[in-house]
Amino acid sequence: MAIVLESLAKIVFMFLLIMGMVPALIWAERKGAAYIQDRTGPNRASIGGVRLAGLVHPIADVLKLVFKEDVAPTNRHRALYALAPWVVMTVAVSTYAVIPFGDYLTIAGRKIPLVVADLQVGLLYVLAVASLGTYGIVLAGWAANNKFTFLGGIRATAQMISYEINMGLAIMGLMLIFGSLRLTDIVAGQGGLLFGWLPMWGVVLQPLGFVLFITSVYAETNRNPFDLPEGESEIVAGYHLEYSSLKFALFFMAEYCHMVVGAAMISALYFGGYQIPWLPRPMLEKHAGLLLQLVLGLTVAASLLFAVLFLRRVQREKGKFGDARDREPVLGAGFWIIVALAAAGAFALRPGDIGATGASVFASLFQVGAFVGKVVFFAWLFIWVRWTLPRFRYDQLMRLGWKVMLPLGLANLVGTALVVALIGNGK
Amino acid sequence: MSFEGLSKESTEKRRSLLESIYLWEVVKGLAVTGRHLVHNIFHTGDMPTMQYPEEKRVYSDRFRGRHRLMKREDGTPRCVACQMCSTYCPADCITITAAEHPDPAIEKYPATFDIDLLRCVYCGLCEEACPCDAIRMDTGIYEIAADSRDKFVVDKEFLLNEQTRGTR
Repeated sequence: MAIVLESLAKIVFMFLLIMGMVPALIWAERKGAAYIQDRTGPNRASIGGVRLAGLVHPIADVLKLVFKEDVAPTNRHRALYALAPWVVMTVAVSTYAVIPFGDYLTIAGRKIPLVVADLQVGLLYVLAVASLGTYGIVLAGWAANNKFTFLGGIRATAQMISYEINMGLAIMGLMLIFGSLRLTDIVAGQGGLLFGWLPMWGVVLQPLGFVLFITSVYAETNRNPFDLPEGESEIVAGYHLEYSSLKFALFFMAEYCHMVVGAAMISALYFGGYQIPWLPRPMLEKHAGLLLQLVLGLTVAASLLFAVLFLRRVQREKGKFGDARDREPVLGAGFWIIVALAAAGAFALRPGDIGATGASVFASLFQVGAFVGKVVFFAWLFIWVRWTLPRFRYDQLMRLGWKVMLPLGLANLVGTALVVALIGNGK
Repeated sequence: MSFEGLSKESTEKRRSLLESIYLWEVVKGLAVTGRHLVHNIFHTGDMPTMQYPEEKRVYSDRFRGRHRLMKREDGTPRCVACQMCSTYCPADCITITAAEHPDPAIEKYPATFDIDLLRCVYCGLCEEACPCDAIRMDTGIYEIAADSRDKFVVDKEFLLNEQTRGTR
């Protein structure tokens, strides 16, 4: 019974993490794109005058999409048309089951591994589920019975097949080094130090493999510079052209779920997952009290800084809009002052002295935090790259996949195999 | 130098090894966009974006906005219903019905003077055609909005009204 509850709690945590990151990423995408292009970006939607720098816009978007009319083509394949967005969404979320988001958590003497399903063949699961994602896109393209969506689906298939091979080859190198297909083993294996000072991360051991992998992941998520399944000037919106309302929202959200999953894969396989370099778990537990005080202190300092910034806005923007938005700086300053006071008040609970149990829990949560931080960075990298690079032409995409990345992947695999055969793997 | 040789050299730029590997160039590109991002986070005021309903662009005095009709000293329209503006109008948006003026020196006056603002292309040819300086486009009004098409057809009273004259 306990194990069912544990798994449920972990699934819910994972699901909420992904679903919570989706609106945040949509916001980061729009605001980041705007700032990169010297624009201001979304800043209008507000709840009682509070605009949260445009963070209200994703909520407004979702509300709009929920209440929109669901327009569907008459000659669609009804069952597949309705199924496709759910396939895409389910696949995007289910990859997460095998990615460890922390080491373990000890509660009431029970040692709970922080991964939903610790499969022995975790890497194969990831590859299998990732390729299932193509089915959703192809089904969507075909079921809509429209030549543009069909072409989009075909493009997606060809692209996925080309880049899945490279992804597999890149992962194979890691598999040789860590001698396991289990993702927890791979992440645990990245905790050590190479030559006593370099973190033994996958990116250090497999730099070429990392480049191949990250490129393949970008292609798998269908994002710029590999967003060929969509193409305004060629095939309109591609595979999701005939979808509207909530079904379109599912495709849109699935893209961001894919981003989160891709970022999680990159950080788990090549950037040590929850491992913090030079700060292994025993050391974390030993200095838990000190670290907790440091975290609290930084929270106080950061929230005071935000409060000061908001107070400056209160002074500078008095009556600037002449409506509810004038309240925003005041509310912001109040919020950050309360946060600062709460964090400062937490010092009264003696955070420097939390005991062995507390230290263990703190260490687990700290590692989960490190993992989430890495995921956020790589998710941002997706956005950053999208607004920097021009997209590939279709023939360039195929040439890069088959003529450049495939030979490099094979060379990387053979080279890794030789080195592992000569000096043994990480075990 | 032959034409073929020239075109080949000018279209195919020779790339160095570092450029053809592409990765370093990607990093350079990311640095450029990252610089813009960081600059804009800390200098939001530098952005050229105008927050439209709050801030409005100041146009020059020659800006052609919504039309207005001028009045004589006694308050009647200067227009003599000569149809010059409606004849000249390339969008055919002015409709004038002429009527006989009681003063024999004036001859005619417009019984109706309608402008369809949805048809108007704001070219200003009506201003130039008018022999009496009766129609002007110097109000500076460019926010012309309504919720039905017939509200865009403005009549003589509207065009003569002081309230419609100029935002400046």
